Amino acid sequence: MTKVGRPILGGRRFSLDWIGVVPFLGYAALFLVLPSAIVALGAFFDANNSLTFDNLAHLSRSYIVKSTIDTTIVSGITALLGAALGAILSYAIVTGSPTGLLRRIVISASGVLAQFGGVTLAFAFIASIGPAGLVYLFAQSHGFDYYAHGIWLFEPIQGLSLVYLYFQIPLMVLVFLPALDGIKPQWREATESLGGNTWHYWRHVAGPLLFPAFLGGLLLLFANAFSAYATANALINQGQPMLAQQIAGALSSEVGAYEPGFAKAIAVEMIVIVTLVTILYTQLQRRTSRWL
Amino acid sequence: MAVARRGVHRARWLKLQVFRYAVLGLAALFFLVPIYAMLEFSTRSNSGGRTLEFWQSIFTYPDLINWNFGPAPDAAINASLELALITSVVMLVLLVPTMVWVRLKLPRLSRFIEFVCLLPLTIPAIVLVVGLFPIYIWMGTNFSDSILTLSLAYVVLVLPYCYRALDAGLGAIDVKTLTEAARSLGASWASVMWRVIVPNISNAILNALLLSVALVLGEYTIANNLLYNNMQVELVHLARANAGVSIAVAVASLFFAFILLIAISFVGNRPRRALPEAVTTFGKGPVQGSAG
Repeated sequence: MTKVGRPILGGRRFSLDWIGVVPFLGYAALFLVLPSAIVALGAFFDANNSLTFDNLAHLSRSYIVKSTIDTTIVSGITALLGAALGAILSYAIVTGSPTGLLRRIVISASGVLAQFGGVTLAFAFIASIGPAGLVYLFAQSHGFDYYAHGIWLFEPIQGLSLVYLYFQIPLMVLVFLPALDGIKPQWREATESLGGNTWHYWRHVAGPLLFPAFLGGLLLLFANAFSAYATANALINQGQPMLAQQIAGALSSEVGAYEPGFAKAIAVEMIVIVTLVTILYTQLQRRTSRWL
Repeated sequence: MAVARRGVHRARWLKLQVFRYAVLGLAALFFLVPIYAMLEFSTRSNSGGRTLEFWQSIFTYPDLINWNFGPAPDAAINASLELALITSVVMLVLLVPTMVWVRLKLPRLSRFIEFVCLLPLTIPAIVLVVGLFPIYIWMGTNFSDSILTLSLAYVVLVLPYCYRALDAGLGAIDVKTLTEAARSLGASWASVMWRVIVPNISNAILNALLLSVALVLGEYTIANNLLYNNMQVELVHLARANAGVSIAVAVASLFFAFILLIAISFVGNRPRRALPEAVTTFGKGPVQGSAG
Protein backbone atom coordinates (compact mmCIF):
# COMPACT_ATOMS: atom_id res chain seq x y z
CA MET A 1 0.00 0.00 0.00
CA THR A 2 1.33 3.42 -0.92
CA LYS A 3 1.10 6.43 1.27
CA VAL A 4 -1.83 8.55 0.22
CA GLY A 5 -1.88 12.31 0.31
CA ARG A 6 1.85 12.82 0.27
CA PRO A 7 3.81 14.53 -2.47
CA ILE A 8 5.36 11.86 -4.67
CA LEU A 9 8.74 13.51 -4.79
CA GLY A 10 9.09 13.05 -1.03
CA GLY A 11 9.61 16.73 -0.26
CA ARG A 12 8.06 17.96 2.96
CA ARG A 13 4.81 19.79 2.57
CA PHE A 14 5.12 23.35 3.77
CA SER A 15 2.86 23.50 6.77
CA LEU A 16 1.69 26.24 9.06
CA ASP A 17 0.82 23.84 11.86
CA TRP A 18 3.62 25.14 14.03
CA ILE A 19 1.78 28.46 14.46
CA GLY A 20 -0.50 26.68 16.93
CA VAL A 21 2.27 26.34 19.50
CA VAL A 22 3.61 29.89 19.13
CA PRO A 23 1.54 31.41 21.97
CA PHE A 24 2.65 28.74 24.43
CA LEU A 25 6.29 28.80 23.39
CA GLY A 26 6.28 32.59 23.37
CA TYR A 27 4.97 32.64 26.90
CA ALA A 28 7.51 30.06 28.04
CA ALA A 29 10.28 32.05 26.35
CA LEU A 30 9.29 35.25 28.16
CA PHE A 31 8.66 33.94 31.65
CA LEU A 32 10.75 30.79 31.84
CA VAL A 33 13.63 30.91 29.35
CA LEU A 34 14.32 34.65 29.60
CA PRO A 35 14.57 34.65 33.44
CA SER A 36 16.83 31.58 33.30
CA ALA A 37 19.04 33.27 30.71
CA ILE A 38 19.15 36.46 32.78
CA VAL A 39 20.41 34.43 35.74
CA ALA A 40 22.91 32.35 33.77
CA LEU A 41 24.40 35.23 31.79
CA GLY A 42 23.90 37.94 34.40
CA ALA A 43 26.27 36.16 36.76
CA PHE A 44 29.11 37.15 34.41
CA PHE A 45 28.28 40.87 34.12
CA ASP A 46 28.71 43.77 36.50
CA ALA A 47 26.50 46.82 37.02
CA ASN A 48 28.00 48.54 33.94
CA ASN A 49 27.26 45.53 31.74
CA SER A 50 30.89 44.64 31.25
CA LEU A 51 32.15 41.10 31.46
CA THR A 52 33.46 40.12 34.88
CA PHE A 53 34.20 37.12 37.05
CA ASP A 54 33.94 39.15 40.25
CA ASN A 55 30.44 37.90 41.02
CA LEU A 56 31.60 34.31 40.95
CA ALA A 57 34.76 35.18 42.85
CA HIS A 58 32.60 36.69 45.60
CA LEU A 59 31.17 33.22 46.21
CA SER A 60 34.26 32.66 48.34
CA ARG A 61 33.06 35.24 50.88
CA SER A 62 33.01 33.59 54.26
CA TYR A 63 29.26 34.00 54.87
CA ILE A 64 28.43 32.40 51.52
CA VAL A 65 30.76 29.50 52.21
CA LYS A 66 29.15 29.07 55.62
CA SER A 67 25.64 29.22 54.10
CA THR A 68 26.60 26.67 51.49
CA ILE A 69 27.95 24.32 54.16
CA ASP A 70 24.96 24.81 56.47
CA THR A 71 22.48 24.33 53.62
CA THR A 72 24.32 21.19 52.54
CA ILE A 73 24.26 19.84 56.11
CA VAL A 74 20.53 20.54 56.56
CA SER A 75 19.75 19.06 53.14
CA GLY A 76 21.96 16.06 53.83
CA ILE A 77 20.48 15.34 57.26
CA THR A 78 16.87 15.76 56.12
CA ALA A 79 17.53 13.74 52.95
CA LEU A 80 19.06 10.85 54.92
CA LEU A 81 16.48 10.87 57.72
CA GLY A 82 13.62 11.63 55.36
CA ALA A 83 14.60 8.84 53.00
CA ALA A 84 15.07 6.30 55.80
CA LEU A 85 11.85 7.20 57.65
CA GLY A 86 9.94 7.57 54.40
CA ALA A 87 11.10 4.11 53.28
CA ILE A 88 9.99 2.57 56.60
CA LEU A 89 6.62 4.30 56.34
CA SER A 90 6.25 3.09 52.75
CA TYR A 91 6.97 -0.45 53.85
CA ALA A 92 4.32 -0.19 56.57
CA ILE A 93 1.82 0.90 53.92
CA VAL A 94 2.78 -1.57 51.23
CA THR A 95 2.42 -4.56 53.56
CA GLY A 96 -1.24 -3.65 54.04
CA SER A 97 -4.11 -4.04 51.63
CA PRO A 98 -3.24 -2.59 48.20
CA THR A 99 -6.75 -1.21 47.76
CA GLY A 100 -7.42 -0.35 51.38
CA LEU A 101 -8.62 2.94 52.77
CA LEU A 102 -5.44 3.40 54.81
CA ARG A 103 -3.24 3.30 51.74
CA ARG A 104 -5.40 5.78 49.89
CA ILE A 105 -5.45 8.16 52.83
CA VAL A 106 -1.68 7.99 53.29
CA ILE A 107 -0.97 8.54 49.59
CA SER A 108 -3.38 11.48 49.35
CA ALA A 109 -2.03 12.97 52.55
CA SER A 110 1.55 12.54 51.30
CA GLY A 111 0.64 14.38 48.12
CA VAL A 112 -0.63 17.28 50.19
CA LEU A 113 2.14 17.28 52.79
CA ALA A 114 4.98 17.01 50.24
CA GLN A 115 3.70 20.34 48.93
CA PHE A 116 2.86 21.72 52.35
CA GLY A 117 5.75 23.99 53.00
CA GLY A 118 6.32 27.61 53.40
CA VAL A 119 4.87 29.92 55.93
CA THR A 120 2.16 27.63 57.28
CA LEU A 121 4.69 24.92 58.06
CA ALA A 122 6.83 27.33 60.06
CA PHE A 123 3.72 28.46 61.96
CA ALA A 124 2.73 24.85 62.63
CA PHE A 125 6.03 24.15 64.35
CA ILE A 126 6.05 27.43 66.25
CA ALA A 127 2.54 26.62 67.50
CA SER A 128 3.48 23.06 68.48
CA ILE A 129 7.08 22.80 69.68
CA GLY A 130 7.85 26.54 69.80
CA PRO A 131 8.49 28.23 73.18
CA ALA A 132 4.77 29.04 73.55
CA GLY A 133 3.60 25.92 71.77
CA LEU A 134 1.32 23.13 72.88
CA VAL A 135 3.98 20.42 73.00
CA TYR A 136 6.55 22.55 74.79
CA LEU A 137 4.11 23.72 77.47
CA PHE A 138 3.03 20.11 78.00
CA ALA A 139 6.62 18.85 78.22
CA GLN A 140 7.62 21.71 80.50
CA SER A 141 4.75 21.07 82.91
CA HIS A 142 5.97 17.49 83.13
CA GLY A 143 9.48 18.56 84.03
CA PHE A 144 11.05 18.17 80.60
CA ASP A 145 12.37 21.50 79.38
CA TYR A 146 13.86 20.79 75.98
CA TYR A 147 14.83 24.42 75.52
CA ALA A 148 16.93 24.46 78.69
CA HIS A 149 20.05 25.08 76.59
CA GLY A 150 18.53 27.58 74.17
CA ILE A 151 15.67 27.64 71.71
CA TRP A 152 17.11 25.33 69.06
CA LEU A 153 13.97 25.54 66.93
CA PHE A 154 15.26 28.84 65.57
CA GLU A 155 18.78 27.53 65.00
CA PRO A 156 19.33 26.74 61.33
CA ILE A 157 20.62 23.21 61.54
CA GLN A 158 18.62 21.66 64.40
CA GLY A 159 15.40 23.62 63.84
CA LEU A 160 15.21 23.49 60.06
CA SER A 161 16.21 19.83 59.95
CA LEU A 162 13.24 18.87 62.10
CA VAL A 163 10.81 21.13 60.25
CA TYR A 164 11.93 20.05 56.77
CA LEU A 165 11.25 16.40 57.63
CA TYR A 166 7.60 17.36 57.60
CA PHE A 167 7.64 17.58 53.81
CA GLN A 168 10.63 15.31 53.11
CA ILE A 169 9.12 12.11 54.54
CA PRO A 170 5.89 12.38 52.48
CA LEU A 171 7.92 13.11 49.34
CA MET A 172 9.95 9.95 49.94
CA VAL A 173 6.73 7.95 50.38
CA LEU A 174 5.54 9.21 47.00
CA VAL A 175 8.71 8.19 45.15
CA PHE A 176 9.53 5.00 47.04
CA LEU A 177 6.09 3.38 47.17
CA PRO A 178 6.02 2.50 43.44
CA ALA A 179 9.40 0.77 43.81
CA LEU A 180 8.16 -1.26 46.79
CA ASP A 181 5.04 -2.18 44.83
CA GLY A 182 7.32 -3.73 42.20
CA ILE A 183 8.73 -6.23 44.70
CA LYS A 184 6.88 -9.51 44.19
CA PRO A 185 5.99 -11.80 47.11
CA GLN A 186 7.03 -14.74 44.92
CA TRP A 187 10.64 -13.61 45.25
CA ARG A 188 10.43 -14.04 48.99
CA GLU A 189 8.91 -17.50 48.55
CA ALA A 190 11.63 -18.34 46.05
CA THR A 191 14.27 -17.25 48.57
CA GLU A 192 12.70 -19.43 51.24
CA SER A 193 12.35 -22.47 48.99
CA LEU A 194 16.07 -22.12 48.29
CA GLY A 195 16.73 -22.15 52.02
CA GLY A 196 17.23 -18.43 52.63
CA ASN A 197 15.96 -16.66 55.72
CA THR A 198 14.68 -13.10 56.20
CA TRP A 199 18.20 -11.68 56.38
CA HIS A 200 19.24 -13.41 53.16
CA TYR A 201 16.12 -12.10 51.46
CA TRP A 202 16.79 -8.49 52.38
CA ARG A 203 20.55 -8.70 51.87
CA HIS A 204 20.59 -10.49 48.53
CA VAL A 205 17.17 -9.99 46.90
CA ALA A 206 15.03 -7.04 48.00
CA GLY A 207 17.89 -4.84 49.22
CA PRO A 208 19.89 -4.70 45.97
CA LEU A 209 16.68 -4.27 43.96
CA LEU A 210 15.45 -1.38 46.08
CA PHE A 211 18.78 0.33 46.62
CA PRO A 212 18.81 2.41 43.40
CA ALA A 213 15.27 3.62 44.12
CA PHE A 214 16.27 4.50 47.66
CA LEU A 215 19.37 6.36 46.52
CA GLY A 216 17.33 8.16 43.88
CA GLY A 217 14.81 9.25 46.50
CA LEU A 218 17.66 10.42 48.71
CA LEU A 219 19.02 12.67 45.96
CA LEU A 220 15.60 14.07 45.13
CA LEU A 221 15.07 14.93 48.79
CA PHE A 222 18.48 16.60 48.92
CA ALA A 223 17.68 18.81 45.92
CA ASN A 224 14.28 19.59 47.39
CA ALA A 225 15.65 20.78 50.73
CA PHE A 226 18.56 22.58 49.09
CA SER A 227 16.29 24.89 47.12
CA ALA A 228 13.68 25.46 49.84
CA TYR A 229 13.23 29.09 50.85
CA ALA A 230 9.84 29.98 52.33
CA THR A 231 9.95 27.78 55.44
CA ALA A 232 13.46 28.88 56.34
CA ASN A 233 12.62 32.53 55.84
CA ALA A 234 9.41 32.36 57.85
CA LEU A 235 11.07 30.46 60.70
CA ILE A 236 14.44 32.21 60.87
CA ASN A 237 14.51 35.80 59.73
CA GLN A 238 17.79 36.79 61.29
CA GLY A 239 21.19 36.04 59.84
CA GLN A 240 19.90 34.47 56.61
CA PRO A 241 21.50 31.11 57.29
CA MET A 242 20.33 29.31 54.14
CA LEU A 243 21.76 29.80 50.66
CA ALA A 244 18.31 30.61 49.26
CA GLN A 245 18.06 33.41 51.82
CA GLN A 246 21.45 34.73 50.74
CA ILE A 247 20.12 34.99 47.19
CA ALA A 248 17.15 36.96 48.45
CA GLY A 249 19.46 39.11 50.60
CA ALA A 250 21.69 40.06 47.67
CA LEU A 251 18.58 40.89 45.66
CA SER A 252 17.08 43.29 48.19
CA SER A 253 18.63 46.43 49.56
CA GLU A 254 17.10 45.74 52.96
CA VAL A 255 20.12 43.91 54.30
CA GLY A 256 23.53 45.03 53.14
CA ALA A 257 24.06 46.17 49.58
CA TYR A 258 21.91 45.59 46.52
CA GLU A 259 24.04 43.24 44.39
CA PRO A 260 21.94 41.79 41.56
CA GLY A 261 25.00 40.31 39.82
CA PHE A 262 26.04 38.56 43.01
CA ALA A 263 22.48 37.22 43.53
CA LYS A 264 22.75 35.65 40.07
CA ALA A 265 26.11 34.11 40.93
CA ILE A 266 24.68 32.46 44.07
CA ALA A 267 21.69 31.34 42.00
CA VAL A 268 24.08 29.75 39.51
CA GLU A 269 25.88 27.99 42.35
CA MET A 270 22.55 26.61 43.58
CA ILE A 271 21.48 25.52 40.09
CA VAL A 272 24.80 23.76 39.48
CA ILE A 273 24.50 21.76 42.71
CA VAL A 274 20.80 20.95 42.24
CA THR A 275 21.33 19.98 38.58
CA LEU A 276 24.21 17.64 39.39
CA VAL A 277 22.09 15.92 42.01
CA THR A 278 19.09 15.73 39.67
CA ILE A 279 21.14 14.16 36.88
CA LEU A 280 22.32 11.48 39.29
CA TYR A 281 18.69 10.96 40.32
CA THR A 282 17.48 10.39 36.76
CA GLN A 283 20.31 7.94 36.12
CA LEU A 284 19.28 5.95 39.18
CA GLN A 285 15.60 6.09 38.22
CA ARG A 286 16.55 4.50 34.91
CA ARG A 287 18.42 1.70 36.67
CA THR A 288 15.48 1.07 39.00
CA SER A 289 12.94 0.82 36.21
CA ARG A 290 15.08 -1.80 34.49
CA TRP A 291 14.30 -4.29 37.26
CA LEU A 292 11.08 -3.27 38.93
CA MET B 1 6.19 -29.79 59.41
CA ALA B 2 3.24 -27.94 57.98
CA VAL B 3 2.12 -26.91 61.46
CA ALA B 4 5.57 -25.58 62.33
CA ARG B 5 5.61 -23.62 59.08
CA ARG B 6 2.25 -22.12 59.79
CA GLY B 7 3.51 -21.16 63.23
CA VAL B 8 6.47 -19.33 61.69
CA HIS B 9 4.15 -17.49 59.33
CA ARG B 10 1.82 -16.55 62.15
CA ALA B 11 4.66 -15.17 64.26
CA ARG B 12 5.99 -13.20 61.33
CA TRP B 13 2.53 -11.86 60.56
CA LEU B 14 2.08 -10.71 64.16
CA LYS B 15 5.48 -9.04 64.21
CA LEU B 16 4.66 -7.28 60.96
CA GLN B 17 1.35 -6.00 62.30
CA VAL B 18 2.98 -4.64 65.46
CA PHE B 19 5.63 -2.95 63.31
CA ARG B 20 3.03 -1.48 60.95
CA TYR B 21 0.82 0.01 63.64
CA ALA B 22 3.79 1.38 65.56
CA VAL B 23 5.13 3.11 62.43
CA LEU B 24 1.73 4.41 61.35
CA GLY B 25 0.95 5.62 64.86
CA LEU B 26 4.22 7.54 65.15
CA ALA B 27 3.75 9.02 61.68
CA ALA B 28 0.23 10.14 62.56
CA LEU B 29 1.58 11.78 65.72
CA PHE B 30 4.36 13.63 63.88
CA PHE B 31 2.09 14.87 61.11
CA LEU B 32 -1.09 15.64 63.01
CA VAL B 33 0.21 17.27 66.20
CA PRO B 34 1.58 20.42 64.46
CA ILE B 35 -1.72 20.94 62.63
CA TYR B 36 -3.74 20.41 65.81
CA ALA B 37 -1.37 22.76 67.65
CA MET B 38 -2.16 25.55 65.19
CA LEU B 39 -5.87 25.15 65.90
CA GLU B 40 -5.15 25.15 69.63
CA PHE B 41 -2.89 28.20 69.39
CA SER B 42 -5.41 30.21 67.38
CA THR B 43 -8.19 29.58 69.90
CA ARG B 44 -6.14 30.28 73.03
CA SER B 45 -7.31 33.05 75.33
CA ASN B 46 -5.27 34.96 77.90
CA SER B 47 -7.36 33.59 80.74
CA GLY B 48 -6.44 30.04 79.79
CA GLY B 49 -9.74 29.06 78.20
CA ARG B 50 -10.85 28.84 74.57
CA THR B 51 -11.84 31.81 72.47
CA LEU B 52 -12.65 32.60 68.86
CA GLU B 53 -11.37 36.14 69.27
CA PHE B 54 -8.49 35.69 66.79
CA TRP B 55 -10.75 34.13 64.20
CA GLN B 56 -13.30 36.92 64.56
CA SER B 57 -10.70 39.66 64.35
CA ILE B 58 -9.44 38.41 60.95
CA PHE B 59 -11.95 40.78 59.38
CA THR B 60 -10.73 43.78 61.33
CA TYR B 61 -7.46 43.90 59.37
CA PRO B 62 -8.16 45.79 56.14
CA ASP B 63 -4.65 44.96 54.85
CA LEU B 64 -5.52 41.29 55.15
CA ILE B 65 -9.05 41.13 53.78
CA ASN B 66 -11.67 43.68 52.72
CA TRP B 67 -14.52 44.02 50.25
CA ASN B 68 -12.45 45.33 47.35
CA PHE B 69 -12.40 42.51 44.81
CA GLY B 70 -11.82 44.91 41.93
CA PRO B 71 -8.94 45.17 39.48
CA ALA B 72 -6.70 46.81 42.10
CA PRO B 73 -6.96 44.70 45.26
CA ASP B 74 -5.45 46.39 48.32
CA ALA B 75 -5.83 43.48 50.73
CA ALA B 76 -3.60 40.42 50.74
CA ILE B 77 -6.25 37.69 50.78
CA ASN B 78 -8.23 39.41 48.05
CA ALA B 79 -5.09 39.67 45.95
CA SER B 80 -4.25 35.99 46.45
CA LEU B 81 -7.76 34.89 45.48
CA GLU B 82 -7.71 37.06 42.36
CA LEU B 83 -4.24 35.77 41.50
CA ALA B 84 -5.48 32.19 41.83
CA LEU B 85 -8.35 32.94 39.46
CA ILE B 86 -6.25 34.74 36.83
CA THR B 87 -3.45 32.16 36.98
CA SER B 88 -5.90 29.29 36.48
CA VAL B 89 -7.60 30.93 33.52
CA VAL B 90 -4.35 31.92 31.77
CA MET B 91 -2.92 28.45 32.42
CA LEU B 92 -5.93 26.69 30.89
CA VAL B 93 -6.19 29.00 27.89
CA LEU B 94 -2.50 28.55 27.20
CA LEU B 95 -2.10 24.87 27.93
CA VAL B 96 -5.24 23.03 26.77
CA PRO B 97 -5.32 24.19 23.12
CA THR B 98 -1.55 23.77 22.81
CA MET B 99 -1.58 20.23 24.18
CA VAL B 100 -4.49 19.21 21.94
CA TRP B 101 -2.86 20.82 18.90
CA VAL B 102 0.44 19.05 19.55
CA ARG B 103 -1.31 15.71 19.88
CA LEU B 104 -3.14 16.22 16.60
CA LYS B 105 -0.69 18.00 14.36
CA LEU B 106 2.77 18.03 15.84
CA PRO B 107 3.30 14.76 17.70
CA ARG B 108 7.04 15.11 17.19
CA LEU B 109 6.97 18.18 19.40
CA SER B 110 5.24 16.45 22.30
CA ARG B 111 8.46 15.48 24.08
CA PHE B 112 9.75 19.02 23.74
CA ILE B 113 6.54 20.54 25.10
CA GLU B 114 6.67 18.10 28.00
CA PHE B 115 10.27 19.10 28.68
CA VAL B 116 9.37 22.80 28.71
CA CYS B 117 6.39 22.18 31.00
CA LEU B 118 8.40 20.15 33.50
CA LEU B 119 11.38 22.50 33.43
CA PRO B 120 10.13 24.70 36.30
CA LEU B 121 10.51 21.68 38.59
CA THR B 122 14.26 21.82 38.20
CA ILE B 123 14.52 25.58 38.70
CA PRO B 124 14.05 26.56 42.34
CA ALA B 125 11.54 29.39 42.78
CA ILE B 126 14.21 31.53 44.44
CA VAL B 127 16.38 31.25 41.32
CA LEU B 128 13.45 32.08 39.06
CA VAL B 129 12.88 35.21 41.14
CA VAL B 130 16.40 36.46 40.44
CA GLY B 131 15.71 36.26 36.70
CA LEU B 132 12.20 37.69 37.01
CA PHE B 133 13.41 40.67 39.05
CA PRO B 134 14.65 42.83 36.14
CA ILE B 135 11.66 41.75 34.02
CA TYR B 136 9.27 42.95 36.71
CA ILE B 137 11.18 46.21 37.13
CA TRP B 138 10.81 46.75 33.38
CA MET B 139 7.12 45.82 33.45
CA GLY B 140 6.56 48.08 36.45
CA THR B 141 7.84 51.17 34.65
CA ASN B 142 6.45 50.43 31.18
CA PHE B 143 3.29 48.47 31.73
CA SER B 144 1.89 47.92 35.20
CA ASP B 145 3.16 47.33 38.71
CA SER B 146 -0.11 45.83 39.95
CA ILE B 147 0.19 42.81 42.24
CA LEU B 148 -1.95 40.94 39.70
CA THR B 149 1.03 40.84 37.30
CA LEU B 150 2.38 38.14 39.63
CA SER B 151 0.01 35.73 37.92
CA LEU B 152 2.29 35.85 34.86
CA ALA B 153 5.04 34.22 36.91
CA TYR B 154 2.61 31.92 38.72
CA VAL B 155 1.51 30.36 35.43
CA VAL B 156 5.08 29.13 35.00
CA LEU B 157 5.08 27.83 38.56
CA VAL B 158 1.92 25.71 38.15
CA LEU B 159 2.85 24.54 34.63
CA PRO B 160 4.36 21.14 35.58
CA TYR B 161 1.48 20.08 37.83
CA CYS B 162 -1.21 21.21 35.41
CA TYR B 163 0.60 19.63 32.48
CA ARG B 164 0.59 16.24 34.21
CA ALA B 165 -3.07 16.51 35.15
CA LEU B 166 -4.12 17.51 31.63
CA ASP B 167 -1.80 14.97 30.01
CA ALA B 168 -3.43 12.17 32.02
CA GLY B 169 -6.86 13.41 30.91
CA LEU B 170 -5.93 13.67 27.25
CA GLY B 171 -4.22 10.30 27.36
CA ALA B 172 -7.45 8.66 28.49
CA ILE B 173 -9.43 9.78 25.44
CA ASP B 174 -8.85 9.34 21.74
CA VAL B 175 -8.27 12.95 20.77
CA LYS B 176 -7.62 12.22 17.12
CA THR B 177 -10.75 10.16 16.43
CA LEU B 178 -12.99 12.55 18.36
CA THR B 179 -11.60 15.54 16.49
CA GLU B 180 -11.79 13.91 13.08
CA ALA B 181 -15.38 12.87 13.73
CA ALA B 182 -16.34 16.37 14.78
CA ARG B 183 -14.47 17.99 11.90
CA SER B 184 -16.04 15.67 9.33
CA LEU B 185 -19.43 16.68 10.66
CA GLY B 186 -18.54 20.29 9.95
CA ALA B 187 -17.46 21.57 13.37
CA SER B 188 -15.06 24.50 13.51
CA TRP B 189 -11.84 24.21 15.52
CA ALA B 190 -13.29 26.41 18.26
CA SER B 191 -16.31 24.20 18.49
CA VAL B 192 -14.16 21.03 18.53
CA MET B 193 -12.24 22.49 21.44
CA TRP B 194 -15.19 23.79 23.40
CA ARG B 195 -17.84 21.16 22.70
CA VAL B 196 -15.82 17.99 22.16
CA ILE B 197 -12.44 18.10 23.89
CA VAL B 198 -13.24 20.15 26.99
CA PRO B 199 -16.32 18.13 28.08
CA ASN B 200 -14.34 14.93 27.63
CA ILE B 201 -11.46 16.02 29.83
CA SER B 202 -13.54 17.98 32.33
CA ASN B 203 -12.15 15.95 35.22
CA ALA B 204 -8.57 16.66 34.23
CA ILE B 205 -9.36 20.35 33.81
CA LEU B 206 -10.94 20.54 37.24
CA ASN B 207 -7.94 18.71 38.61
CA ALA B 208 -5.49 21.17 37.04
CA LEU B 209 -7.63 24.06 38.24
CA LEU B 210 -7.68 22.94 41.86
CA LEU B 211 -3.94 22.27 41.85
CA SER B 212 -3.13 25.70 40.53
CA VAL B 213 -5.45 27.37 43.06
CA ALA B 214 -3.82 25.45 45.92
CA LEU B 215 -0.30 26.32 44.72
CA VAL B 216 -1.03 30.02 44.18
CA LEU B 217 -2.67 30.43 47.59
CA GLY B 218 0.43 28.96 49.23
CA GLU B 219 2.99 30.93 47.24
CA TYR B 220 5.47 33.02 49.23
CA THR B 221 8.92 33.03 47.62
CA ILE B 222 8.18 34.95 44.43
CA ALA B 223 5.78 37.47 45.96
CA ASN B 224 8.07 38.22 48.90
CA ASN B 225 11.13 38.85 46.75
CA LEU B 226 9.32 40.89 44.11
CA LEU B 227 8.01 42.96 47.05
CA TYR B 228 4.31 42.20 46.65
CA ASN B 229 2.02 41.52 49.62
CA ASN B 230 0.10 38.39 48.84
CA MET B 231 -1.59 36.35 51.56
CA GLN B 232 1.50 34.41 52.71
CA VAL B 233 3.74 37.48 52.78
CA GLU B 234 1.15 39.40 54.78
CA LEU B 235 0.82 36.49 57.22
CA VAL B 236 4.53 36.70 58.03
CA HIS B 237 4.27 40.46 58.60
CA LEU B 238 1.16 40.04 60.72
CA ALA B 239 2.71 37.24 62.79
CA ARG B 240 5.13 39.76 64.30
CA ALA B 241 2.24 41.90 65.56
CA ASN B 242 -0.44 39.29 66.24
CA ALA B 243 0.58 35.67 65.94
CA GLY B 244 -2.89 34.38 66.88
CA VAL B 245 -4.62 35.99 63.91
CA SER B 246 -1.81 34.96 61.56
CA ILE B 247 -2.03 31.35 62.63
CA ALA B 248 -5.83 31.41 62.40
CA VAL B 249 -5.61 32.54 58.76
CA ALA B 250 -2.86 30.00 58.08
CA VAL B 251 -5.03 27.18 59.45
CA ALA B 252 -8.01 28.39 57.46
CA SER B 253 -6.01 28.50 54.22
CA LEU B 254 -4.48 25.12 54.98
CA PHE B 255 -7.90 23.53 55.43
CA PHE B 256 -9.07 25.24 52.28
CA ALA B 257 -6.15 23.69 50.36
CA PHE B 258 -6.85 20.31 51.97
CA ILE B 259 -10.48 20.47 50.85
CA LEU B 260 -9.37 21.37 47.32
CA LEU B 261 -6.97 18.46 47.18
CA ILE B 262 -9.44 16.00 48.68
CA ALA B 263 -11.89 17.22 46.05
CA ILE B 264 -9.26 16.30 43.44
CA SER B 265 -9.06 12.74 44.73
CA PHE B 266 -12.84 12.44 44.46
CA VAL B 267 -12.88 13.94 41.00
CA GLY B 268 -10.27 11.43 39.93
CA ASN B 269 -12.21 8.52 41.37
CA ARG B 270 -15.59 9.11 39.86
CA PRO B 271 -16.59 5.74 38.42
CA ARG B 272 -17.89 7.19 35.16
CA ARG B 273 -14.46 7.79 33.77
CA ALA B 274 -11.37 6.21 35.18
CA LEU B 275 -8.43 8.55 35.55
CA PRO B 276 -6.08 6.33 37.48
CA GLU B 277 -3.36 8.91 37.77
CA ALA B 278 -5.52 11.80 38.83
CA VAL B 279 -5.26 11.11 42.55
CA THR B 280 -1.52 11.03 42.57
CA THR B 281 -0.83 13.82 40.12
CA PHE B 282 1.61 15.10 42.71
CA GLY B 283 3.38 11.78 42.81
CA LYS B 284 3.78 11.05 39.14
CA GLY B 285 6.88 10.97 37.01
CA PRO B 286 9.97 12.71 38.29
CA VAL B 287 8.33 13.96 41.44
CA GLN B 288 9.50 17.15 42.98
CA GLY B 289 8.14 18.80 46.04
CA SER B 290 7.95 22.52 45.78
CA ALA B 291 7.56 22.75 49.51
CA GLY B 292 9.56 25.18 51.56
